[in-house]
Amino acid sequence: MIFAQNAVFGLLIGGLYGLAAVGLSLVFGVLKMLNVAHGELLMLGGYTGFWLFTLWGVDPFLAVLPSALALFGVGALLYQVLFRRLIYASDETKLKNSILIGFGLTLVMQTLAILAWTADERAITTPYAGAVVHIDGVVVPVLRVGALGVAFLVLGGLHLFLHRTLPGKALRATAEDVEAAALAGIPVPKIFLLSFGLGSALAGVAGTLVSMTDAVSPAIGLSWTLKALIVVVLGGLGSIFGTFAAGLFLGVTESMSGFVLGNAYREVMGLVLFLLVLVLRPQGLFGSGPA
Amino acid sequence: MTGRFIDVRGGPARRLAVVSAVAALALLPVVSANQAILNWAFLVLLYAALAQSWNLLGGFGGQVNLGHAAFFGLGALVTRTVWLRGLPVGEALLLGTLSSLGMGVLVGVPSLRLRGPYFAIGTLAVAEILRITVGNALPQVSVLPAETLATYTLVPRYYLALGLAVGITAAVWGLARSRVGYGIAAVREDEGVAEAIGVNAFRHKLGVFVLSGCFAGLVGGVFAYYHVSFYPSFAFSPLWTFDPLLITYLGGVGTVWGPVIGAVFFLSLREALALRLGEVHLLVFGLLFIAVVVALPGGFMAAVRVRGFESKMPNARG
Repeated sequence: MIFAQNAVFGLLIGGLYGLAAVGLSLVFGVLKMLNVAHGELLMLGGYTGFWLFTLWGVDPFLAVLPSALALFGVGALLYQVLFRRLIYASDETKLKNSILIGFGLTLVMQTLAILAWTADERAITTPYAGAVVHIDGVVVPVLRVGALGVAFLVLGGLHLFLHRTLPGKALRATAEDVEAAALAGIPVPKIFLLSFGLGSALAGVAGTLVSMTDAVSPAIGLSWTLKALIVVVLGGLGSIFGTFAAGLFLGVTESMSGFVLGNAYREVMGLVLFLLVLVLRPQGLFGSGPA
Repeated sequence: MTGRFIDVRGGPARRLAVVSAVAALALLPVVSANQAILNWAFLVLLYAALAQSWNLLGGFGGQVNLGHAAFFGLGALVTRTVWLRGLPVGEALLLGTLSSLGMGVLVGVPSLRLRGPYFAIGTLAVAEILRITVGNALPQVSVLPAETLATYTLVPRYYLALGLAVGITAAVWGLARSRVGYGIAAVREDEGVAEAIGVNAFRHKLGVFVLSGCFAGLVGGVFAYYHVSFYPSFAFSPLWTFDPLLITYLGGVGTVWGPVIGAVFFLSLREALALRLGEVHLLVFGLLFIAVVVALPGGFMAAVRVRGFESKMPNARG
């Protein structure tokens, strides 16, 4: 029974890992840039949700939408001011400099968040925060199930957007071959902007959910970036649901190793798993073809 | 900026400047008994040495290592442990460096085969694994015992840091002019071409990686010898990756003097800003760093470009 309980908790938190990772993977897939400030964008999304709830009583499940819009704006701004400068660089320079810019951004955003909102942990406590459902003796918190549901819905929407709409198809074409996409008349710079905005918006959604299920503080960025990176590598690039599955897998792995080795080591096992996959199967657990 | 093989021989004026600067630093403890100044100078030298070790791999070798803290931390941990068990500090430092060397080989062999972002992420993961594990296994703060504290003086530590900063900088300077150094530069610019002209890319990359790690471990050892009390996991903090990275880029990545100038600038600004502005100094550093990466990829060295100050080492970016 404890086993099942751990599995359930792992799955529930894993959905958020998956959501955080899809945003990172989207930006990497289209722009070939690695935004290591992704966790900080998630943190901003968390604060957006927190303040919407605290100031105006907006339910966090509804706050997901304004939070996504706000972070889309932040992402678009960051792209226009900073990352846009890299798009004509060689692949290697682009990657390296995007990591470096992202690293600088983590410092800036973290410090700004501390100045604006202090270093305290903040969490949203809704009236229904404590509600649980018992299934066969396994405790299932309603809030986390709701968060997992939102994550799944958002990714489903993203999937439909990418496969059924023209801008979505243009985005996938750009990810596959920039030059061919440009030759086919796709406005590549706009697609880049859209991808970066979408990736940030996904971080915003994830952050709002995190502020409800866990807590936000200015320092949570690095650990979420790492989680997202681990999930991207586990899942391999290219498939939204592969990434989501990898997120669930990481959640369960962490939860189980926390149970077996003690809570202090739950993150370590995730990282070890990540290194093993990196060395033995660089195309990812669920991916196909070379990375 | 790539391939800027301007041959600037160290003219007598420049050589004199370097020698007199080192001499002045060596005389500092004799001239001034002010512990605050000596302490500040120690930190500048320690950071310069650490940044130089990052620069060796990141600037010269072209590999962004986000897990430099792992080497620093391991060197610090091993050195501290065996030194406090009663081994002479020299042997303790040697053991600390050897452990970093071992980890360099262990981490380098699998991770350097990875392309793209995976090297940077993989090294970051290694450092985080070590930080969390050390924090769990050794939660107690490490404090120097009373008999060591009674005889504690800053001066020998200062000379160690001076020796490291000078030694590592000299090693980078020398390597940049050697046959192996040209091989490393070739691999950095284009692995395929380097292989085609007979340079074993993997061996060169591994060599720089391990050497850079050894230097970082050695600097970590001196840190452990210097610090009165710290949590063992603190030496594995990402700060020990990010600060040297910042220093290297502010000063000028891939140049011999960049990390040294960057360290002086970084610690002066930190001292001045941290007192007046508190947290805000991190904001300033972050913005400065982004500005350098985006607008001035050569850092301070490119901005000033004092004649005769240039290194032969071509800049790391294309």
